[in-house]
Amino acid sequence: MELQEFIANFAAQMDETDPSEITASTAFHDLEEWSSLSALSIIAMVDEEYDVTLRGDDMKNAVTVEDLFNTVKSKL
Amino acid sequence: MAFLRFNGIRVAGVAACVPEHVEPTVSTSTAYDREAYMATTGIIEKRWSNEFTASDLCQAAAEKLLEELSWERDSIDVLIFISQTPDYILPATSCVLHGKLGFRKGCMCQDISLGCSGWVYGVTTAMSLLQSGVGMRRAIVLSGDARKAAYEEPDQLFGYAGTATAIEFDPDAVTSPIYSEVGTDGTGYDAIIRPQGGTRNPIDEHTFDLVECEDGRMRHGMQTRMKGMDVFAFGITTAPKSIKQLAKTAGFDYQDYDYFLFHQANRKMNEVIRTKLKLPEDKVPYSMTYFGNTSSASIPLTLVTQLRDKLTGTCARLIGCGFGVGLSWGTIAFEADHIVVPELIEL
Repeated sequence: MELQEFIANFAAQMDETDPSEITASTAFHDLEEWSSLSALSIIAMVDEEYDVTLRGDDMKNAVTVEDLFNTVKSKL
Repeated sequence: MAFLRFNGIRVAGVAACVPEHVEPTVSTSTAYDREAYMATTGIIEKRWSNEFTASDLCQAAAEKLLEELSWERDSIDVLIFISQTPDYILPATSCVLHGKLGFRKGCMCQDISLGCSGWVYGVTTAMSLLQSGVGMRRAIVLSGDARKAAYEEPDQLFGYAGTATAIEFDPDAVTSPIYSEVGTDGTGYDAIIRPQGGTRNPIDEHTFDLVECEDGRMRHGMQTRMKGMDVFAFGITTAPKSIKQLAKTAGFDYQDYDYFLFHQANRKMNEVIRTKLKLPEDKVPYSMTYFGNTSSASIPLTLVTQLRDKLTGTCARLIGCGFGVGLSWGTIAFEADHIVVPELIEL
């Protein structure tokens, strides 16, 4: 899996955040629109795109988008 | 997997009862507003009342169903009550209901402590008992939850409902087989939990101290908390797998079924499940819009409120699938052949 593709998939789940704001180093928990509801969208996206089941702790422990990418990659 | 097959058994009728009081969705968080919450959960309003227990709602549903089926009360061999809000810690609420409903003394009664998967478990258990019983013919399965506010804040997600399902065994009847698949992942036991009040953490002077939960909300020890993301991930992976596994083992194409009654978790979760199974929208009815997540009542409540007109006087093939607290899941595939469905009862 590619980091750039993961970033694009991540950005597509956001309703209000401009996709250009989402980069590998984005601390996604700090995004203005981020909430527990956004986390569900990301879990659903990862399930669909990568067939990987993320747990709540995976979401919490990841700081940046790249962290989450690495978590998903480790579960492939 | 635990896979079961039943012959000569039919679902004879389903009834549901909800409190009359309508509670609209409001935002209780600063993190998102009412509209965002409704868009994700799909819940506009729910039924809520502090007047009734789950058993009260189930009793009303059972009485109406027995009346419309013209089933004599002394003809019931099995009574199962599924709930996580029983009347008492002991005795079993099924015993209390047995007395109130006036069933005969030869009736087998038991409680099952399950939530979202509970209806499938209860119906599967009742069918197993009838199939292995000697001369046992009729079972009533009651399921639902009503968290009286002594314990729980009026939660945004959960509505209250009680339901009754009538099951009949006739060894000579020509019926389509009923298939069921049930399972458990007990490592997730604390994903949805009311931590105190049992023997593990008995009630003490600190039980009602408010502590901050994972979602930032304050709750005391008798209130239920949920690891929302874990439950979400569990639901979207387990429900599609369970349905596919059941279809494979039983040897049918699940796309041939007419309606899919999913536990009404929240719209976002259910839509992911529907999409993964490639099911058209018109095969997947929702009751959560006006009734919320109704725990073990959700599948029969959806049948009563969304399919009553469509099932009257006809035969349809249904799949019911519940998943949640436990963690526990179950899928059942059955024919609803001229089943009796009384109008929704409101107390």
